[in-house]
Amino acid sequence: MYESLVEITGLEIFAAFVSAAMPVAFLVPFVIIAVYLERKVSAHMQDRLGPMRVGYHGLLQTIADFFKLIQKEDIVAEGIDKKFFNFAPFLVFAGSYAVYAALPFSSKYIGSETDLGIFYIIAISGLVVAGILMAGWTSNNKYSLYGAMRSAAQIISYEIPTALVILSIIMWTGTMSLATMSEMQTAYFWNWNILGGPEWGITKFVLIPFLLVAFIILYVSTLAEVNRTPFDMPEAESELVAGYHTEYSGMKFAMFFLAEYGNMFAVSAIVSVIFFGGYQSPFGYLGNTLGIEWLVPFEQVFWFAAKGIFFVFVQMWLRWTLPRVRVDQLMTICWKYLIPYSFVNLLVIGIITLL
Amino acid sequence: MRQYLKNTWEGIWTIIIGMKITFKHLFVPSVTIQYPDQKVPLPERVRNRLYVNMDDCIGCDQCARACPVNCIDIETVKSTPGENLGQTSNGKKKALWVTKFDIDIAKCCYCQLCVFPCPTDCIYMTDVYEFSEFKRNELIYNFSTMQPGEVEEKKDNFEKFQAEKEAQKAAAAKAKAEAAAKAKAEKEKDEKSKNNNSKSSSNDVS
Ligand code: SF4
Ligand code: SF4
Repeated sequence: MYESLVEITGLEIFAAFVSAAMPVAFLVPFVIIAVYLERKVSAHMQDRLGPMRVGYHGLLQTIADFFKLIQKEDIVAEGIDKKFFNFAPFLVFAGSYAVYAALPFSSKYIGSETDLGIFYIIAISGLVVAGILMAGWTSNNKYSLYGAMRSAAQIISYEIPTALVILSIIMWTGTMSLATMSEMQTAYFWNWNILGGPEWGITKFVLIPFLLVAFIILYVSTLAEVNRTPFDMPEAESELVAGYHTEYSGMKFAMFFLAEYGNMFAVSAIVSVIFFGGYQSPFGYLGNTLGIEWLVPFEQVFWFAAKGIFFVFVQMWLRWTLPRVRVDQLMTICWKYLIPYSFVNLLVIGIITLL
Repeated sequence: MRQYLKNTWEGIWTIIIGMKITFKHLFVPSVTIQYPDQKVPLPERVRNRLYVNMDDCIGCDQCARACPVNCIDIETVKSTPGENLGQTSNGKKKALWVTKFDIDIAKCCYCQLCVFPCPTDCIYMTDVYEFSEFKRNELIYNFSTMQPGEVEEKKDNFEKFQAEKEAQKAAAAKAKAEAAAKAKAEKEKDEKSKNNNSKSSSNDVS
């Protein structure tokens, strides 16, 4: 995308700006739809109706809420460290938005074609922790501080199983670039990594159970990393008011919201790229069968978004199914269960790859 | 070790069961009632806003006395004999002008105690329950059908009538007194003449 834009216009700044701004065009509508979906899913799972008044079945509710948030007064309480308080939401959002740079939306569009894609994502999402800590600490509010501390502890612990699972997948596929990883899983769904990858042979079938375990571990730990229920202790409403963003209002609060939903999609996309073929269609492309070449990238974007949104839906589904875990249970799940399993998994997948 | 594996399995399995349940509920029709558009049918004997049918009220004040929170305020004026107030639907003759019948619904506790003593069944509960107001004063309901001018008129009428009655009474009393005095005088006269007639020195028997 970046290269072709440079070729067409000859302006590197313009090209960089456009390709950097592309995910926003995806992210903002996604967040609006996802918030609506979240409300509707939660409502229907509890046999309620959810928003019904604004537009047909409340379709415009999130847009109305968005305008409401814009109009709100931007409150900065006394005793707050203003500089960092104002900076934190931007840092959080930047951290979650930077992840999109390495996500392959289609074979034609990826923000940055770095070879270190997946490690870049793990590293840059650490920025979110800094932002959350900053928000919690500068708010000068004990609930915020608790939330921020819990969040930091949680994200850092859960980064270990995430990294271990990703490491085993990297060992097996031999690439760190998400674009290459998606390309390898091309054509049909039996080539997806969760079903043993594109190579036919005995290893494909031996690997499937271990990949399944890897998938579950990755999904659970990314769930914890984006602070979603059942791991939503940083913003546990019933205990901590709203956690680290208690003191925020108006647009800054909206930034946190945007970052949270952005993160949800980002981790879902990573899971889908690693295990479910990323932007690859499960049944081949309509564009190829009809002979319309330019349709293929759009189909890929569609499949990428569809898989991402499916996993976001599963996150919501889990949220309305499970109660919140306690802090000690949270740590138990991570250190006593996920990490040993992912180590064993890493070993087994490593040995199978070697053989 | 076995316990450990069992824990893991149980964790995953229970989550799957839970997810199955929530997924089923995703397709269960919801129980929400879209309130202002759609209302729950009320039970038969609901107690909501009071209503007084003033055509039937005889102003007996029994409801006001029954009310535990004194939220009914009734003032009446007696009618004069010439006036015809009509009858209630169950055939009682009305004798009082109900000049004021205020119910302070803000105070009312919807106990329905005022309903039972009413001899003409004209105060009763309706099924209206949406009557919030912005000012508390607006919750004082005036049921009296009489205009202020009319009230004055009736009061004046009654006073005039009273005054007339007083006057009549006074006149009657005066007449009586006069009559009595006359009678006495006459009697005295009689006695005097008798005494004179009998020529006794003793005086005054009256
Ligand atoms: S319902 Fe009860 S409180 Fe209300 S006016 Fe009648 S007696 Fe008084
Ligand atoms: S008890 Fe009935 S008739 Fe008597 S004053 Fe009350 S409403 Fe009127």
